[in-house]
Amino acid sequence: MDSLTSLAQRLMALDDKLTDCMRCGMCQAVCPMFGASGMEADVARGKLALIGNMAHEIFRDPDALSDKLGRCLLCGSCQAACPPGVKIMDIFRESREVVHEFLGLHPAKKLIFRQLLGHPKLFNLAMSVGAPVQKLLFRSSNDRQGTVCAPMLDFMLGDRHIRPLAKQSLHAKYGFLDESRAPNKLQVAFFPGCLGDKMYTEMSEACIKVLHHHGVAIYMPDTFACCGIPAVSSGDAKGMLNQLSCNLALLANRSFDYLVTPCGSCTSTIKELWPEYAERLDDTSARVAKSISDRTMDINAFLIDVLHVEPKTPKEGAVKVTYHDSCHLKKSLGISAQPRTLLKANENYSLVEMNEADRCCGCGGSFNLFHYDYSRKIGQRKRDNVVQSGAAVVTAGCPACMMQLEDVLSHNGDPVTVKHPVELYAETL
Amino acid sequence: MASQGLISDFEQMLGKENVFSSEADLQSYSYDSAVLEPVIPSLVVRPTNSEQLAAAVTKLYENGIPMTVRGSGTNLSGGTIPDKSETVVILTTGLTRILEINSNDLYAVVEPGVITAQFAQEVAKSNLFYPPDPGSQAVSTIGGNIAENAGGLRGLKYGVTKDYVMGLEFFDATGALVKTGSRTVKCVTGYNLAGMMIQSEGTLGVISQAILKLVPPPKASRALMAVFDNIQNAAEAVAGIIAAHVLPCTLEFLDNNTIVRVDDFTHAGLPREAGAILLIEVDGHPAQVEDDAAAVEKVLKENKATAVHIPKDAAEKFKLWEARRMALPVLARCRPTTVLEDATVPRSQIPAMMKAVNEIAAKYKVEVGTFGHAGDGNLHPTFLCDKRDKEEYHRVELAIDEMFDVAINLQGTLSGEHGIGTAKSKWMEKETSRGTILFSQRLRRALDPKGLLNPSKLVGI
Ligand SMILES: Cc1cc2nc3c(=O)[nH]c(=O)nc-3n(C[C@H](O)[C@H](O)[C@H](O)COP(=O)(O)OP(=O)(O)OC[C@H]3O[C@@H](n4cnc5c(N)ncnc54)[C@H](O)[C@@H]3O)c2cc1C
Ligand code: SF4
Ligand code: SF4
Repeated sequence: MDSLTSLAQRLMALDDKLTDCMRCGMCQAVCPMFGASGMEADVARGKLALIGNMAHEIFRDPDALSDKLGRCLLCGSCQAACPPGVKIMDIFRESREVVHEFLGLHPAKKLIFRQLLGHPKLFNLAMSVGAPVQKLLFRSSNDRQGTVCAPMLDFMLGDRHIRPLAKQSLHAKYGFLDESRAPNKLQVAFFPGCLGDKMYTEMSEACIKVLHHHGVAIYMPDTFACCGIPAVSSGDAKGMLNQLSCNLALLANRSFDYLVTPCGSCTSTIKELWPEYAERLDDTSARVAKSISDRTMDINAFLIDVLHVEPKTPKEGAVKVTYHDSCHLKKSLGISAQPRTLLKANENYSLVEMNEADRCCGCGGSFNLFHYDYSRKIGQRKRDNVVQSGAAVVTAGCPACMMQLEDVLSHNGDPVTVKHPVELYAETL
Repeated sequence: MASQGLISDFEQMLGKENVFSSEADLQSYSYDSAVLEPVIPSLVVRPTNSEQLAAAVTKLYENGIPMTVRGSGTNLSGGTIPDKSETVVILTTGLTRILEINSNDLYAVVEPGVITAQFAQEVAKSNLFYPPDPGSQAVSTIGGNIAENAGGLRGLKYGVTKDYVMGLEFFDATGALVKTGSRTVKCVTGYNLAGMMIQSEGTLGVISQAILKLVPPPKASRALMAVFDNIQNAAEAVAGIIAAHVLPCTLEFLDNNTIVRVDDFTHAGLPREAGAILLIEVDGHPAQVEDDAAAVEKVLKENKATAVHIPKDAAEKFKLWEARRMALPVLARCRPTTVLEDATVPRSQIPAMMKAVNEIAAKYKVEVGTFGHAGDGNLHPTFLCDKRDKEEYHRVELAIDEMFDVAINLQGTLSGEHGIGTAKSKWMEKETSRGTILFSQRLRRALDPKGLLNPSKLVGI
């Protein structure tokens, strides 16, 4: 009964934020989940109503609530479009945390989020064993994206066309990197993110190449933990705090000028959630997290706003490229111009806009794991827009989006490749 | 909760994926955009074609179960809040096909769940124009627009939803198909039942298909913004524009409180001392637009506008309209509860109405910001409060009561576009007459003998 009472109390604390929702329903226009299911319980208005009823103890089925809350990509599209500016993401995170604390994490998720991601050494070990072994499990799906499908892992992966893990992870290749600053030049901490470390290593290497080209020194320890967003999304505050402490220890007392990441989700987590969660650790951590947050930048924004990379006019016969606005970049951080400018820095490409460029691609991190059918349905709309644009390359500033784009394009057999804007810029150097 | 038997019957009829009976799902169809208490329905069903819709209505009629039709649930008067716990909600959101866009005969045929803005976009692709543009158009359904007779910013020149309905198909309370109107501009075959269905708020039948009028799009447009020391001057300017025989497509105003609140939020440098701002857009043939804009500018200056801004390009025009777009979002951010009203008065009575609204707000010590459609007298006094504070909310209710009295005395109306639902039914008789209520109720009872269609809405049954 105690846990129930504390649950109710924490939900009561949400009441103020919840009453800001005027039930206007405008979030229906942008919600990818609602777009796919058409069910009111899937749109922010419906979820907020459920959470509100829970707080008022009308609603007594936390399992169903948890299930409903999970039908969400945490993409923030609703919050960005919400007329009265309801703090929807805070409410969703907080209620997920509360509900999951109450229900207890699913054992498998507990293992992944708390053990593996929280203990980088263990995670890295598991992955390095994974890479050679997976050759036996995956077969190539013969497509432009270089993904593989995994018939033997069907029970776990469904019909995903995901790319294989890198043969060698970034941290294994570079080890503990700590370059010293050249005179009058910058040093950045480079946070590749899990996908940048283990899957999209060529993207991360493009970032390193570009930074070096501009004379920027890099600090990149080989034991970064996950940024924590998967744990937060499943309501696992403990897992997040674990990973956060780990990362703060690596970043405290370091004099880098900026922390840059090629992953929109990592950037928004570091900027927005680290300071908030660090307050639950201790004063010092809170101070460190705040100082890191202030210095954190998306790599596209860093290249344009700090290093002043200039756009060029596309050459005759340039390859058409289009850009997908990742939710965490555009809706959380307001970054949409810089990646486009960066694409224009390579004159061999010409930027064409797709329809609904800022509509969610449907990945949503662990949403993709648990609601693959909806994820695919939402992704199909994105795919249609990409293909309609006529572009040969689609870019996104977040490897999670890249993974989703590769999956849907591959399933449709489309000859469109998926890249990070930095990769195209790196081609010019 | 509905009986297991009824649930399985519907599952058979519509498919499992279109029948919602879990408590969590039922909860999410217990409210709409009105500030009213939720009522949880017993079952929610989503037909995906007309035959299924007819079958669902018939089934509910046979079982004597009350039904509430729901589009996107954005009405502001409680029209989609279930009447009682036995109510079954029928969603139209599975009926989303645009069946025809005919550019020779200038009409379109749609199912009721089509989203207004998506429809307008499709129509635009055929280089045609569907003008009704309620503020909720990005989410509202055509069925909801018809059943509420939704208006919008373009009302003054282009009219409202009713001006675009050429014909309808609907199912009566028993599930029988009724057809009215046609694809022709002229049609006098039988009663004008389409007219009866417009603004019927789900009480007379369930619309299954609509034939909508389309018009050629204007080729050019021009926007202007004018600043006034007080509302009286702004209202005289509006009268002057009409007297000069210019019919702007939009003619919007913001009052001082709204201007200040929007400026606080956007730091757009709005004139904080102004008593009112008018935002005007004229559209049509390019030459006509030039003439009209010049005429409007002249009238504005003659009527003591302290400043007139004319945007030079699309970007500036977009910025100019920002103040109007932000009015509701900004007001809604001020306090937890936002009560958006739509009392409407004859254009010339706007100053009297605005004076009364502000005096009433002061009397009851409640905050109100007003913006709205100056061209058609449709005001949106927006009361800002916290519903959880019972005493404050009571004062808001008293203020709104008094505001309606004034609107009626000024020969205006309770609701220009948001509908009656349950939110305003108690004032119906005051604006109309006892006879009107009785006549409407007799009409309803004749058409819906079991009293199943949204029974407590509008005049009741
Ligand atoms: C932010 C905001 C701005 C708004 N701005 C405007 C505005 O500018 N102008 C305006 O007029 N309104 C406005 N509204 C009110 C509302 O959006 C409109 O009334 C709209 O037409 C409702 O459409 P809906 O699909 O949400 O209908 P719902 O709310 O689902 O239903 C409205 C009514 O129609 C009935 N109904 C729905 N479908 C059918 C059908 N197929 N057959 C029979 N009855 C049916 C329902 O039973 C109900 O009584 C606004 C609302 C919000 C929240
Ligand atoms: S847009 Fe915001 S205020 Fe409107 S219903 Fe959605 S969450 Fe609530
Ligand atoms: S976060 Fe995204 S998926 Fe979740 S409710 Fe908001 S818009 Fe929908």
